Amino acid sequence: MTTEVKNKLNVEINGIEVGCGTGSRVLDAIRAAGFDVPTLCFDERSGPQGTCRMCLVNVEVDGQPQQVAACTAFSSEGMKVETHSDSINQYRKTLLELLLSETSSPANCPKCLSFKKCELHSAAEEYDAKWDAFPSLVPREKAPDPNPFIQRDYDYCISCFRCTNVCNDWEQAAAITVKGRGQDNSIASYFQNNLLDSPCTFCGQCINTCPTGALTDKKIVGTTKADNVERTKSICPYCGVGCGIHLLTEDGELKGTEPDFDAPSRGSLCVKGQFASWEFVKSDERLKYPLIKEDGAFRRASWDQALDLIKAKFTTIRDESGSDSLVCWSSARTVTEANYLMQKFARIGIGTNNIDNCSRT
Amino acid sequence: MAVMVGKGAMTNSIEELAGTDLLLVAGSNTTEAHPVISLRMKRAVRNGAKLIVIDPRKTELTKWATRHLRINIGTDIPLFNALAHVMIREDLFDHEYVENGTEGFSELAKHVESYTPEYASEVCGVPVQDIIDTAREYAAASGKAAICYTLGITEHSCGSHNVQSVANLGMLGGNFGKQNAGVNPLRGQNNVQGASDSGALPTDLPGYQKIERPGVREKFEKAWNSELPKRRGITKITAMDQMLRGKIRAAYIMGENTVVSDPNTNHAQAALEATDFIVVQDIFMTDTAKLADVVLPAGTFAESDGTFANSERRVQRVRAAIKPVGEARTDVDILLDLMNRFGVDQNLETASDVWDEMRSLAPLFTGISYERLDKEGGIQWPCPTEDHPGTPYLHKDEMDSGMPGYFAPVDHIPPAEQTDVEYPLVLTTGRRRSTYHTGTQTGRASGFDLLVPSELAEIHPYDAEQLDLSDGEVITVSSRRGSVEVPVKITDRSPHGTIFMSFAFPELTQTNRLTSDAYDFITETPEFKACAVRIDKIEESRATAD
Repeated sequence: MTTEVKNKLNVEINGIEVGCGTGSRVLDAIRAAGFDVPTLCFDERSGPQGTCRMCLVNVEVDGQPQQVAACTAFSSEGMKVETHSDSINQYRKTLLELLLSETSSPANCPKCLSFKKCELHSAAEEYDAKWDAFPSLVPREKAPDPNPFIQRDYDYCISCFRCTNVCNDWEQAAAITVKGRGQDNSIASYFQNNLLDSPCTFCGQCINTCPTGALTDKKIVGTTKADNVERTKSICPYCGVGCGIHLLTEDGELKGTEPDFDAPSRGSLCVKGQFASWEFVKSDERLKYPLIKEDGAFRRASWDQALDLIKAKFTTIRDESGSDSLVCWSSARTVTEANYLMQKFARIGIGTNNIDNCSRT
Repeated sequence: MAVMVGKGAMTNSIEELAGTDLLLVAGSNTTEAHPVISLRMKRAVRNGAKLIVIDPRKTELTKWATRHLRINIGTDIPLFNALAHVMIREDLFDHEYVENGTEGFSELAKHVESYTPEYASEVCGVPVQDIIDTAREYAAASGKAAICYTLGITEHSCGSHNVQSVANLGMLGGNFGKQNAGVNPLRGQNNVQGASDSGALPTDLPGYQKIERPGVREKFEKAWNSELPKRRGITKITAMDQMLRGKIRAAYIMGENTVVSDPNTNHAQAALEATDFIVVQDIFMTDTAKLADVVLPAGTFAESDGTFANSERRVQRVRAAIKPVGEARTDVDILLDLMNRFGVDQNLETASDVWDEMRSLAPLFTGISYERLDKEGGIQWPCPTEDHPGTPYLHKDEMDSGMPGYFAPVDHIPPAEQTDVEYPLVLTTGRRRSTYHTGTQTGRASGFDLLVPSELAEIHPYDAEQLDLSDGEVITVSSRRGSVEVPVKITDRSPHGTIFMSFAFPELTQTNRLTSDAYDFITETPEFKACAVRIDKIEESRATAD
């Protein structure tokens, strides 16, 4: 959410001056100036944690050089920020290699094999961090989970805790938590239950905040190549909240959906929007051509035949019984434009105000 | 609500709910029906707001509530009138707002005099002190209190009176025209707001312009270059009755599974069967489409360009990502072709052209262009000009400029169908989170059968014991109109004497074979929330049948 910015501060990012509001973070200023740093533990909806240390930057305040985590540090007047010095880049590379040593091979990353390159492996590519630079710490404790929606593979977990924060603070479902300490920590549901037996509502927010392949959409893993996926901004087709979604397509075929974080819904979805908003589109049971009923059975017809028959029948009935003997019922499920045409058709195509929609049910 | 304060829509934005001091949620199972809105409610509670839930059922949201008023089904008006009674008696209402922004206060005050908390307590089954405390808390949060309601308020034969009693309270509290304070109907379907916005109503042209208001019809006749019918149209519910009497002979039904979603399925089916010629335009062969003479294959949202308007009046772009399957066409393309054949002369080719015509004729949306939607994301109406930012909350200026809200004194009307010896239980219907409406879409998504495998009749443990039912047992539920078989789920979510069902599994359990065809006499919204039923064990009902 953008809050009103009253007092402006001037901050210099890599030599570029930007204005930002008092109380804003260094990360905001960096992004406002058109730069970016990896933020593996940061989800703006649950606030900064400052634990992954990937966003560490050099700053100079009143001539004093310091290093701060950009997600937690506040901007101050005249602050000078350097985001990509050689030593910082080398530091990020080493940090990434340590994180990678906790995970399985990037070649099999479930997220990179679904619809988007994961944040960890994107950063690894950017900083040329090697997966096998340090001895591997995998495999970790597995969490096999027979639910049909969320794939949990903690061999890719880097313990950023974005999933538990989103589940507890943003979604307020409290289905998962952190179990164990230090290197032995893992993400678990309470009493190690399966998600189906937990308070999990399968909203999918954990999948979408997870910066690695640890949590993925079971329905999409392995069906697409991240680089080929195209995104179309749209709106969830279910309830009246109207959450923003992206439709994911590959070669003109619908492959899935993901939440749109730039929409007013800020990435929120429920189980229907996350996991049920696209398969019905591809169902074999879709109606594919016009049908005309003859002697009690439907037969395939052309559009011309179907629409001309409607014209003929409607006209006959109107001539015999008047235009108010016809009704049109419009739909709360389709676009407003189609509803507009439907009422216009009823009013001047047929000549009746007998037009209603399903808002009463 | 439109009768009292202008337009039937959420007065606030969804995000504003998180910043309230008090939320009064009436007849809304928000965590299941509008999960993402419930997140904002829970956030408000975490920030210290009070959450008062008015619902006969112990819904999930009641776990977050600071108070749960578990009222008897269909007794909303006595409760809201009693809340108004306490606010007036204890002089807790917003004097400035009532004097400057409303009319009809003295009538209301007189009317609710007899609705003492003691009287309401008896009718509603809620403790007297809870009613008094709720009124005091609501009054104390004046200017930061929002009411949210859904079909638990409207799906009654007195639904529009229920809404008026809710709005009365909002006005007494001075909770209109302010951020974080308002009265909010949460809309059910993705574009129910847009369907009404577009003028698909028997009384309104696009943008809620009344056909019968002088000048309105003339404006559209000029723009459409055609004469418009003068007489207001009939609603769907009325039309269905007239079909049975042979007065409605043809119907064009777009994207609606009327047979399953409407009350009293047997009646709806008979009505359509009695109609000479029916066209259904849909994406699946629904039970309604099976009754049609012509079925037209439509495109889904993923194949269509256009807009949806959400519950907070936000117009948002829907974009085609793929081509329609087979020979299917988008609803817009089908209707443009059809209108062309009917000789409607219009220069429209795309959804964008259609929207531009609509906004040019409806001041509420004039400033919302596709170009702006692409650039800015969704925009909330009213938005009269292209440099207008949209309207996050309603009534800010109207109230100031002396456009009053009208208090409407209303009385308690019990549900049309009462229980009796033969049908001793009340059936109330509603939604579950992981199924949607008639199930044509969620029923086709893999994995959802694990979350809720079939319809369930939720029944209180006491009633189950009386009827000797065990959890999961398949029973027969019957009303005066029909009967269905369904497994029972024993839970204290349902109050005594009441069972709850959804209607998302029509192949096995057509819940609406049971529901009443009573409806609200103003809006004609059906009374889905209460009808009298009986439960029989299967062996018994089979034995009786023999």
